[in-house]
Amino acid sequence: MKAFFAQHRMALDDAKQKLFASPLSTILSLVMIGAAMALPAAGLLVLDNLKSLAGGTPQVQQISLFMTASADREAINEIETRLRAARAGNWRFVSRDEAFERLKLVEGVSEILESLPKNPLPDAFVVEPADIRPEAVENLAQVFSSWPNVAHVQLDSDWVRRLDVFLRIGKLAIFMLAGLFGGALVIITFNTIRLQILAQASEIEVTRLIGATNAFIRRPFQYFGLLQGFLGGLFASLLIFSGSWLLSEPLDDLVALYGAVWNFHGLSFETIAEMAAIGAFLGWFGAFLSVTVHLKRMG
Amino acid sequence: MITARALFKRYPQGIEALKEVSFEIGAGEMVFITGHSGAGKTTLFRLLAAIERPTSGSLLINGKNIGALSNSAIPYLRRKFGLIFQDQKLLFDRNALDNVLLPLKIAGLSAPEALRRARAALDKVGLLDREKASLLTLSGGEQQRLAIARAVVNRPTILLADEPTANLDQDSAAEILGIFRAFHQVGVTLIVATHDPRWIARLSPRILRLDRGSLLENAE
Repeated sequence: MKAFFAQHRMALDDAKQKLFASPLSTILSLVMIGAAMALPAAGLLVLDNLKSLAGGTPQVQQISLFMTASADREAINEIETRLRAARAGNWRFVSRDEAFERLKLVEGVSEILESLPKNPLPDAFVVEPADIRPEAVENLAQVFSSWPNVAHVQLDSDWVRRLDVFLRIGKLAIFMLAGLFGGALVIITFNTIRLQILAQASEIEVTRLIGATNAFIRRPFQYFGLLQGFLGGLFASLLIFSGSWLLSEPLDDLVALYGAVWNFHGLSFETIAEMAAIGAFLGWFGAFLSVTVHLKRMG
Repeated sequence: MITARALFKRYPQGIEALKEVSFEIGAGEMVFITGHSGAGKTTLFRLLAAIERPTSGSLLINGKNIGALSNSAIPYLRRKFGLIFQDQKLLFDRNALDNVLLPLKIAGLSAPEALRRARAALDKVGLLDREKASLLTLSGGEQQRLAIARAVVNRPTILLADEPTANLDQDSAAEILGIFRAFHQVGVTLIVATHDPRWIARLSPRILRLDRGSLLENAE
């Protein structure tokens, strides 16, 4: 067991030595790996921030029932009774006066409202359905439409759903991009290791002749791929961290101009660790493929 | 220790390098494989070193049939041999000590033990004072002695050498002969492929004489 760990430590030292032996080539590889990993990771970060901009709760669905202008107290009581009977979920009544007062609070609207001869807003109910499956919410909205004195039914969360679909498509596109760049990372490592194997062909031949197993020969290369990928993942995190640090303040200001409050968040420690781990795995995998192919070719 | 039965080796180009070669080598023997160029000496050396496998026949080393051995078992078998090549196969980007340390690292010895053994091996071949030397500064004879140090550092029971004095002058060859004799005296089985008559005259070994792949002579 001691020998096993000693050989792994030796392979790791060998890999570290190779990384530091040619700093320029190492830096270039890290930049390439970092860029390849940073692009999809940055895309995911942007999507994640957009999600939080959308309220972070795209699953909450709301249905607004707007009553007709002629609806009286009796009509409102009728709707309340029906809502209770339908067990539609949580709901609350928003009177036309309450809606009017709330609207007044919105900057720039108050003066316009003051100039109106009377309150133009209808009474309304806001329903949060118990069953938030899209088809269930749609059905409920249709039922509400058929009730007496209901002028209009609106799915308030439609835009959130559209954004959610958009985000999902974006996420899928980014995962496809990540797959592509992950493949590129494997190829970069494959090629780096290929060049190393070619440069060390005579050394590999000698070590084989004096009793080295394939595992012994492949170990330093695999550690090299793993280390390079790990450092590449950290470099990608550094790129994203720098980018989000530079962008966060201007973006917050931009969002504030639209009257919203939003804090652009950067990478978490867990995400950085994940990126380093993914980089390490892809680097190891590229090295594994390269060593397997080239050792086989060398007989 | 080593038993060859009807050993046959044909290369893909159709060349028959060994034909029906049979012999036995006991523990502690000194055997020279001789013959002219193209006789099959190097092929037999490569079969004995498990670098190649026989086309037919059997070659048993310590009871293990080389032909039937799995690829993954070959490296462990090779660690039991000390291999010395005509072109030495040393690593010129490492110093003398690192070259000798290599088999010990492969065997997984701890660093202090590996260092102790490597220095002892260098001492045996008279190169301890050159342990940090670049190989480019070593003479041909010193490089061959270094190759011997690397071959014996794992304390093998069989020492296999292919033309170890082919490119050496008289004095260097004599030094190598002396080192080989010393290892044989402590019980190491010595198998040397050579056509150098100086060896045979000085060491009086058992001879396996090959000619065009066939065994012509098997005698003391």
